[in-house]
Amino acid sequence: MSGGKWPRRLQLAVLAALASIMLAGCGSDYVVLNPKGPVAQTQYDLIMISIILCSIIIIPVIALTAFIVYRYRDTPNNKATYKPNWAHSTKLEVIWWSIPIVIIAILGYFTVRDTYALKENPNKEVQPMVIQVTSLDWKWLFTYPEQNIATVNYLQIPAGVPVQFQISAEAPMNSFWVPELGGQIYAMAGMTTELYLQADHPGEFQGRGANFTGEGFAHMQFNVKATSQDEFDQWVKEVKGTTPAMSKEDYEQLRKPGLSDVLTYSSFPEGLFEEIVSKYSHGHPMETGGSMHDSMHMDGDKKESAPGSEAGEKKDESAHSTHHMPNTAMTPVMSH
Amino acid sequence: MWESLKEFASWFFVTGDPLIYGAMVSIALTMVAIVFVLTKYKKWGWLWREWLTTVDHKRIGIMYLIASLLMLFRGGVDALLMRVQLAFPNLEFLHSDHYNAIFTTHGTIMILFMAMPMMFGLFNMVVPLQLGARDVAYPFLNAVSFWLFMFGAMLFNLSFVIGGSPDAGWLSYPPLSQNDFSPGPGQNFWIWGIQISGIGSLATGINFIVTILKMRAPGMKLMKMPMFSWSVLSSCIMIIFAFPILTVTIALLYLDRFAGAHFFTMDGGGNPMMYLNLIWMWGHPEVYIVVVPAFGIFSEVVATFAKKKLFGYTSMVIAVMGISILSFFTWAHHFFTMGTSANVIAFFAITTMLIAIPTGVKIFNWLFTMYRGKISFKQPMMWTIAFIPCFVVGGATGVMLAVAPADYQYHNSYFLIAHFHQVLIGGVVFGYLAGIYYWWPKLFGFKLDEKLGAWGFWLWNIGFYVCFMPQYALGFMGMTRRYYTYGWDLGWEPLNLVSTVGAFLMGAGFVFQVWQITYSIKHGERDTTGDPWNGRTLEWSIPSPAPFYNFAVVPQVKELDDFWRVKEEKANGTYKEEPVHLEPIHMPKNSGLPFIMSFCWFIAGFGFVWEWTWMAAIGMVGVALVMWARSFQYDTDYYVPVDEVRRTEASLGRVY
Amino acid sequence: MQQVANNHEHGHAHDHEHGHEDHEQLKVLGFWIFLVTDCILFGSLFATYAVLMHSYAGGPTGKELFELPGVIASTFILLTSSFTSGLAILAMNKGKVKELIGWLVVTALLGLSFIGLEISEFTHLVHEGATMSTSAFWSAFFTLVGTHGVHVSVGLFWMVAIMMQLRRRGLTPVTRRKVTTLSLYWHFLDVVWIFLFTVVYLMGVM
Repeated sequence: MSGGKWPRRLQLAVLAALASIMLAGCGSDYVVLNPKGPVAQTQYDLIMISIILCSIIIIPVIALTAFIVYRYRDTPNNKATYKPNWAHSTKLEVIWWSIPIVIIAILGYFTVRDTYALKENPNKEVQPMVIQVTSLDWKWLFTYPEQNIATVNYLQIPAGVPVQFQISAEAPMNSFWVPELGGQIYAMAGMTTELYLQADHPGEFQGRGANFTGEGFAHMQFNVKATSQDEFDQWVKEVKGTTPAMSKEDYEQLRKPGLSDVLTYSSFPEGLFEEIVSKYSHGHPMETGGSMHDSMHMDGDKKESAPGSEAGEKKDESAHSTHHMPNTAMTPVMSH
Repeated sequence: MWESLKEFASWFFVTGDPLIYGAMVSIALTMVAIVFVLTKYKKWGWLWREWLTTVDHKRIGIMYLIASLLMLFRGGVDALLMRVQLAFPNLEFLHSDHYNAIFTTHGTIMILFMAMPMMFGLFNMVVPLQLGARDVAYPFLNAVSFWLFMFGAMLFNLSFVIGGSPDAGWLSYPPLSQNDFSPGPGQNFWIWGIQISGIGSLATGINFIVTILKMRAPGMKLMKMPMFSWSVLSSCIMIIFAFPILTVTIALLYLDRFAGAHFFTMDGGGNPMMYLNLIWMWGHPEVYIVVVPAFGIFSEVVATFAKKKLFGYTSMVIAVMGISILSFFTWAHHFFTMGTSANVIAFFAITTMLIAIPTGVKIFNWLFTMYRGKISFKQPMMWTIAFIPCFVVGGATGVMLAVAPADYQYHNSYFLIAHFHQVLIGGVVFGYLAGIYYWWPKLFGFKLDEKLGAWGFWLWNIGFYVCFMPQYALGFMGMTRRYYTYGWDLGWEPLNLVSTVGAFLMGAGFVFQVWQITYSIKHGERDTTGDPWNGRTLEWSIPSPAPFYNFAVVPQVKELDDFWRVKEEKANGTYKEEPVHLEPIHMPKNSGLPFIMSFCWFIAGFGFVWEWTWMAAIGMVGVALVMWARSFQYDTDYYVPVDEVRRTEASLGRVY
Repeated sequence: MQQVANNHEHGHAHDHEHGHEDHEQLKVLGFWIFLVTDCILFGSLFATYAVLMHSYAGGPTGKELFELPGVIASTFILLTSSFTSGLAILAMNKGKVKELIGWLVVTALLGLSFIGLEISEFTHLVHEGATMSTSAFWSAFFTLVGTHGVHVSVGLFWMVAIMMQLRRRGLTPVTRRKVTTLSLYWHFLDVVWIFLFTVVYLMGVM
C-alpha cells in the first residue's frame, strides 16, 4: 500500500457526499432544506451556520491528516524530520484547546438565541390559529377548536397565519413533524406540547410521525395543504356542510389500533382534546375510559366508512378505507 | 393432551416465518455438531477445565472476543435484512412486526452484546499486561462477569426462536414497551437479557477500577500509566455511575409489566417521560463508555506505529477524564423535542457541545503524534488513520445535532442514524478492530494476515461511506428512522438503494476478516520475540502468547512507555541489568462456581421472562446457594513454584 | 484456616507479591466501590419516588395510611443494630471472637425484627387497599422501601454465613475482612434508611 493516497480518497468521498447533499438541497425532495415558513427558515439558517462552522474544523483537519500521513510515512527515501521524543508543546496545545472553544462559543450563541425564539409565535403581527393534534394508533386526529371541525390524517391551514399546534396522544409517544414548515415535537399521552408553524405561501407539504409507535407507525403520514385564507374558509364551510359529525363513539372507534383513511368531520364532541389529555394527566383521578364503550360499539365501523369528502385526494397507496378492527393491539390487519 | 401440547408449543416457539425455521434448524444443527465434536475428540473435560472454569483474564478476554464476534455476525445479519427491506419502496420482504423486531435486536445486540463484550475482551486481554500485573484484582469476580454476560446474551438471543423477539426499539420506550402495546414475553427477554449481563458489566467496572488503582507495577505512577489504561479507568468510572441507573430503570419497567406497577404507564399516575430521562442517564454515558477505550487504543497504536511518544499525554488524560464527567450532563439532548423549557434545552445543548472540546483536542494530539514520526501502515494503524476523518465528520454532525432548534429537524431522522453509526462504527468498531489487530499476537502468538486484512479494511471503509453518507441526505429528505417501508412518491429510493449496497460491502469486509482469522491460524506470521510491532508498553516485554502468570518477574517502572526506555537504553548501552530473582507466584485457582451461578441466573431470568414464578424462584435459590458456597470456600489460591516458572519461561525462550 | 495462615506465614517476598493482607485490603476497596454503585441504585429509586410522590391517581395517600409509631420503632431498631454492629467491630479489634459473634447475633436479631415490622406494615397497607398496582405513588413506595428491605434480608443471610465461618475459623485476615465489609454494608443500609424515613415517612405525613 503506498502511503498517502488513500486518506485523500476518503476525504474526496466525504467532500463529494457533502457536496451532493448541498447541490441536491435545491431539489424539492430535500424537505428539510426547503423551508416554506419562518420556523423552518430559522432552523435552515441554523443548519447552514453549523455546517459552515463545522467545515472550518473538518476540512483543515482532514487536509492536515492527509498531509501528515503522507509526509511522515516510513519509506526508505523519506527525508522528513523524525523526532521520536517531541511530545509536548504548550503553544500548540493552547491553540487546539481554544479552536473548539471558540467554535462552540459562536455556535452556542446562535443555539441559545433560537431555542428561546422558537418557543414563541414566529409572526407576532397575526393572531395564531389553534389546531389540536392527537396521535392515535396509527393515525393523526386534528381538531380545529375555533372552527369546530375535525380531520384524520389530513391537515389544511391558511397560509401566512401562524398556527399553534397543541399536541397530545392517546397511544404510545409519537412526534409531530412537518419538515418543510419546521421541526418536530413529541406527542405524549396526558400532556400537551406546543408547536408554532406557519406556511408562508399556499402549497402542499408532507407531514409524518417521527417517533416509533409500533406496527402501523410507517403509515402515519399525512398531507398538509396550505391555502389562502379565503380558500381555507371555503373548505371549512364545505366540511361543515357535507361531512358527518364526530360522535363520542366515532372517537372510540378511531382510538382503536388500526390504519385510517383521510376523514373529515363537520364537528367533534366539545372538549374532546381536553378530555383526552386529562384522562392521563398525572395525579388527577383516573377516568374510566373505554372498555365498556368498546364492546358496545364493536360494529360501529360501518358508520365510519362514510368518510369525508377529502378522501379521494390522497395519493398515498396506503390509503385504505377505515377499518377499526374489533381486536386488540396485537393483530391489526394491515391492508397491504 | 396432544392438542394442548401443540397449543403450548405454538405459543412457546416462534412460528410462521421461514427465516425463523431456518434459524431454528441451523441452531439445532450447530448444537449437535458441537456436542458431536466435543464427544468424539473427548474434549468435554478440556472445555470445562481450561475454559468454563478459568479465572485467567487472558482466556476470559478471548471468550469475550469470540462471543462478541458471534454477536457482531448476528447484529450484522439483522442490519442486512433491514437494508434489504429498505432497498426499494414498498418491498414485502419483511413485515412490519418482523422489521420492528429486527431493528430492536440489531440495536440492542450491537451496543450491549457486541460493543460491550468486545470492549471487556480488550480490557481483559490488555490491562493487566499493560500494568505489569499477574491478573485483575478479583479474578473470580471477573469470571462471574463474563458468564453473566454470556448467559444474559444467550437469554436475549433465545427470544428469536422461543417466545418472540422484543420489538419496541433498542431502548424500549414505554408506553410502547408496556403490556398494553407489547404483550408477550419478547419485551421481558429484552429486560432480563440486559439485566443479567448488566450486573456482570457493573462488576467488571468495579474490578478494573481496583485493578488500575491498586495493581500497577511498582514505579508506575498514575501519570506514567499507558493511555489505554487511563481510558479504561475513565470508562469504568462511567460504568459504576451509569449501570445502576440502568438496573433500576429496567427493573421498574419489569415491575410495570409483571406486577402491574405504575412507574411508566399512561394511567395510574405513571410517567413514561421519566423512563426517557432515566434510560438516557445511563444511555448517554453508555456510548462514551464504549468509545473512550477506543480512544485509548488509538493512542497506543498511533504512538507505536509513528514510532514516537504520544503527543500531549497530560492533555489526553485531562480530556479522557473530563469526558467521563461531562457525559453525565448531556442526557436530555436525546429528547430536545419533548417540549421542555427553553432553559433546560439551552443547558443541555451547551453541555453537549462542550464534549466536542476534549474530543477535538484528542484528534489534534493524535495528528501531532504522527507529525515528525515515521509512520508504518500496518493494520492497526490503517484502522486508526481511517478513524480520524470518519470521527471528525461524525463528531461534527454530533455538534450539529446539539444545536437544539436544528435538532427538531434532525431528531429521529436518518441524519441521526447516520451520525451515530458514524461515531459508533468509525469510532468504536474501528477502534476495537485496531485494538484486536494490535494485541492479537500477544494473545495468540501470531499476526493476522495483512493481505486479507487489507481486503477487509477497504471493504469496510468504502462500504461505510457508501452506506451512511446517503443516510445523512435521507435525513434531509425527511426520512424517519424505524420506517419498515416507504412510498415511491418521496424520492427516497435511489439513496436507499445505494445505502443497501454499502451495507453489503461492509458485510463482505466482515467475511474477509473471518477468512483472515481462519487463514492466519495456520499461515499467520509467528511472533517469536513477544514484541512484533516494536511496542512501547509493558505487555510487549513478555513472550507471546503470555504465560498464565504474565510476568515471571514483576517489572520496575521508571517512565511512561517504560519498555521503550528499556529498549533504548539497551541499544545505547546505558541499561543496567538488575539481578533477577524468581519467586513463587501467587495465583487464583480455577472455579466452576461462576459458570454455575450464571446458569442459575439464566434459569431465573427464563422464569421471569415467562412470568413463571416457580422457575424464577428455583433460579434465585440456586444463585443464593452458589454465593453461600463461595463464601465458605477458603482454599481459593495457590503458589506457582519457582521451578515451574523457570521451566515455563525456558520453553518460551527466556532463561532466568 | 491452616492453609491460608500457613501460606501467609511463609511470607514470600512482600514487596512485589500481593500477600493476603494486601489482598484483603483490595477487597475492602472494591466493596467501597460497590457501595458507591448501591448508592446510585438507591439514588435512582429516590429520584423515582420524588417524581411520583404525589401521583395518587385517586387512590389512598401516604398520609392516610402511614402509621408513624411502627416506623419510628423500626427506625430505632435499625439504628440500634448499627450500633451493635459497631460493638462487634470493637470486639473484633480486641480479638474477642466470642464477644464478636455475640454482638453479631444481637445485630441479626434486631435486623430480623426490623424485617418483621416491615412485613407487617406491608400486610397492613395491602389490607387497606394500597398495593403495587394501586397508583404510581404506591408503586414507588413499595419498590423503594422493599428494595431496602431486600438489602437488609441479604445482609442477614450474609451475617449468618460469617458467624458460622467465625466459629469454624476464628479471626483470620479473611474473616476480619468479611466482618469489616459486612459492617460497612450494615451502616450503609442504616444511612439509606435515615433518608428513607425522612423522605418517605416524615415528608409523607407532613
